[in-house]
Amino acid sequence: MTVFLQYLVNGLSMGSVYAIIALGYTMVYGIAKMLNFAHGDVIMIGAYISFCVTSYLGLPAIVSVVAAVAVCTALGILIEGFAYKPLRQAGPLAVLITAIGVSYFLQNAAQLIWGATPKNFTSIVSFPVPDFLRAYNVSAVSLVTVVACLVIMAGLMWFTGKTKMGKAMRAVSEDKAAAQLMGINVNRTISMTFAIGSALAAIAGVLLCSYSPVLQPTTGSMPGIKAFTAAVFGGIGSIPGAFVGGILLGIIEAMAQAYISTSLANSIVFAVLIVVLLVKPAGLFGRYVPEKV
Amino acid sequence: MPNFLKNKKTRRDFVTYGLVVLAFVAVSLMQANHMIPRMIVGQLVPICAYIVMAISLNLVVGVAGDLSLGHAGFMSVGAYTGIVAATSLAEAVPNDAVRLVIALLAGAASAALAGFLVGIPVLRLSGDYLAIVTLAFGEIIKEIVTCLIVGVDERGLHVLFNLTGKLTVDDLGLAEGGAAIIKGAQGASGTETISTFFAGFLLVMVALVIVLNLVRSRAGRAILAVRDNRIAAESVGISTTKYRMIAFVVSAALAGAAGALFGNGFSQLSATKFDFNTSILILVFVVLGGLGNMRGSIVAATVLTILPEALRQFSDYRMLVYAIVLILVMICSNNPTIKGFVARVLPRRRSNEEEVSADA
Repeated sequence: MTVFLQYLVNGLSMGSVYAIIALGYTMVYGIAKMLNFAHGDVIMIGAYISFCVTSYLGLPAIVSVVAAVAVCTALGILIEGFAYKPLRQAGPLAVLITAIGVSYFLQNAAQLIWGATPKNFTSIVSFPVPDFLRAYNVSAVSLVTVVACLVIMAGLMWFTGKTKMGKAMRAVSEDKAAAQLMGINVNRTISMTFAIGSALAAIAGVLLCSYSPVLQPTTGSMPGIKAFTAAVFGGIGSIPGAFVGGILLGIIEAMAQAYISTSLANSIVFAVLIVVLLVKPAGLFGRYVPEKV
Repeated sequence: MPNFLKNKKTRRDFVTYGLVVLAFVAVSLMQANHMIPRMIVGQLVPICAYIVMAISLNLVVGVAGDLSLGHAGFMSVGAYTGIVAATSLAEAVPNDAVRLVIALLAGAASAALAGFLVGIPVLRLSGDYLAIVTLAFGEIIKEIVTCLIVGVDERGLHVLFNLTGKLTVDDLGLAEGGAAIIKGAQGASGTETISTFFAGFLLVMVALVIVLNLVRSRAGRAILAVRDNRIAAESVGISTTKYRMIAFVVSAALAGAAGALFGNGFSQLSATKFDFNTSILILVFVVLGGLGNMRGSIVAATVLTILPEALRQFSDYRMLVYAIVLILVMICSNNPTIKGFVARVLPRRRSNEEEVSADA
């Protein structure tokens, strides 16, 4: 039983990281309707920034997180402005390929700046955890991750539900032209969404690398893809969906690794996604929109 | 002019065939005169394999309109089936060319089967959901291949599925003189390189003939109709799933043959070679070459395979340059000002764009 709970805790903490990435993904997808393959690489950049601030400048952990968030937010706005904005009217495939180009660019730029050899990321959170919790594999990082994930989800739900900017985002994601007619600055709203998504990616990157301390230019791509899977799983565009999808994905992955096979864990995660999409094509929390003739 | 060449589309198809033959003859002549740098000579077989991959993916993405992000999975099924077939028949069929043909057919057949099985769930979906599920299948196929251990001895083939990650080649229990072909995560090694540039050229021609004829056939028109408006196509009695499945399976079979060609062209092939990045690479060929435009796919596959080699002088910067070129090409080719300029300079281009599907 203890062993099972330990796996559950592992899954829950990893799932929270996926959930944070998936929240960013779902925001961007909801508004830009594009598979932003570069999202995973923004995660990696965030982790590198945090690594540099703590290891090279010797500043406290919290400063490194703020720096990572700031840099990634700026990066998100820049990427959107330079690469995606000129393609607003183009077909979805052109945007997809551009996103892939941006992803290659970030990975190779990171490799030029920081080198291909993996960096050893030291966990940014460390505080004593009570013994009875530690017996179940609960670490300081996992506590912080789960709490951060809950806070972010609540914050996003408040933001999209209550604030003016959030309402504008929902309007743009529903119908760009109508939103523009209502006086919403569509371009600024989209930039803002990318900024939020990238800021979340930075936080996720720092937490991800606090778990698995190996940091290299390709660190972000697989978690990025998995988090997108999680967002689809929960129903893309839905904030609670991304949260539940991320947590479930983490737990399924941990259980598959523990009880079935380590080398097939990703396959099992993807197989569950396929089954969910076949049974509920809009994901767990997604709204099914029938095709109109 | 012969009667069958009176049709404009047929004529365009034959120009495409002619250009490929010309390119092959030109490259062969240059190769005979040692005019091609050595690093590109080594790339000739992979270039042919990538061209076939691009043509086959173009059938799914460009002609049938389904975005597939897991095409490398079928390539890997074909590659490993082809390697196993070629290696295990090494004694029974001494002739390399015949053995390669058998390997290509085996690769195509197994990939077609995989394509059919994957197609059943995938083709119930559409759009981004379809894309993410094909991506998932590509990763699943990759991981399954990573778990395979295959060996051959005089008693036949031995296959192990390495679920726990603890099995090794020794667990196959091969008899004296037997050889391991696929070694789990290490992939295949010690493969005899029987693929030739000529075989690659023939495969490109076969793929072109199959795809272009399919597109011009009754089934091809049905596939185009489904792509352009699924509901309208359904309402005139076209079975949408059936025709999308035809495109998907044909495409998977060609990808399998390309994989077999690729696999038998290298003595060493790692199990993770055919991952998500390979699928994306081929999608980039298709999109840059133009959706539904087979000639474009061929050119894009060739140029983009040589480009990283040619950029070697930039060493560390070459992939960065590649990424920037990719982004700039996408932005420029979708810029209304540039598009309008091109349309004015080359008025013929515009009719091509409206007729994307029919363009050879």
